[in-house]
Amino acid sequence: MCTSIVEIVAAAGAGKTGDGWIELTHSVVSYDHPHHAVLEEAITIDFVNRALGPGARVAVELTLEAAKELSGALTRAIAAAEIEEAGRLRTA
Amino acid sequence: MAYEGMIAETISIQGDKNEPISAYVARPLGGGPYPGVVLIHHAPGWDEFYRETTRRFAHHGYAAISHNLYHRAGEGKADDVAAKVRAEGGVPDAQVIGDTEGAVQWLKAQPWSTGKVAVWGTCSGGRQTFLYACHTKSINAAVELWGGRVVMSKEELNPKQPKAPIDFTAGLSCPLLGIFGNEDRAPTPEQVNQHEAELKKAGKNYEFHRYDGAGHGFFYYDRPAYRIEQALDGWQKVWAFLEKHLK
Repeated sequence: MCTSIVEIVAAAGAGKTGDGWIELTHSVVSYDHPHHAVLEEAITIDFVNRALGPGARVAVELTLEAAKELSGALTRAIAAAEIEEAGRLRTA
Repeated sequence: MAYEGMIAETISIQGDKNEPISAYVARPLGGGPYPGVVLIHHAPGWDEFYRETTRRFAHHGYAAISHNLYHRAGEGKADDVAAKVRAEGGVPDAQVIGDTEGAVQWLKAQPWSTGKVAVWGTCSGGRQTFLYACHTKSINAAVELWGGRVVMSKEELNPKQPKAPIDFTAGLSCPLLGIFGNEDRAPTPEQVNQHEAELKKAGKNYEFHRYDGAGHGFFYYDRPAYRIEQALDGWQKVWAFLEKHLK
């Protein structure tokens, strides 16, 4: 890649590929040349299972603005989920 | 009308540490002999652009080979394989050098080869073209197109890319053609200046062409980065350079 902007984190969960659902091992976020989106650079997010073949991938290519919107939505949803979880712990 | 034809096919060659890797070869039909070009594919992978460009070199009278640097990541569509390699942190520079030497030696061993070979690469492949050209005495010319991260900060170095290619400049043993867009951010014009200054300091045979109104990847006719006037002129520079050093 020509930028060095790549973030790789462990993932637990599942993703749906063209061939069905797979377990995930990693999320990869990069800012580089997209394959399909008509952009010079894109925020690319790949949810992958490293133990499986290259096709075991759920991918998106987003504009920087769309990625910011997604990041905000993730942050808000996670904050709300943590409040929900904290309430559940108190009542347990 | 003169008869014209080419053969284009996938083959297996010996790459780094004699491991088999896949490659795509295109050459004019006939006994030759033909000068050779090794294409080092870009970060988006061993894809259709590289297949088409390999055939383009054959159309211009070269025996061309594009080896698959991502072979070890497994079979799949080019974008999926490239994503897998990205998730693994890229391919090691030392392995790229070994794989490319394998492709060069395969070309030179063919009965239709003149024995003269150039290496050509874009994007990360441009970086790897320069890197390889600084580590071999097997080639006659190198064409680096907008090689990103020839200049690397200490923070960018990692176990797979332990040293910046610019630090190997003294080892360059063949003429180098560099083509860059002045609106590129990887490499930036300042990084191209540093690259050129090192070549000059080491007394290397090189020519750089820098284009206004073009950024990164301006030869890619299927991407928004394409700039037709700059790309057409850039290709003329490539043909003239190869004609001078390979024919």
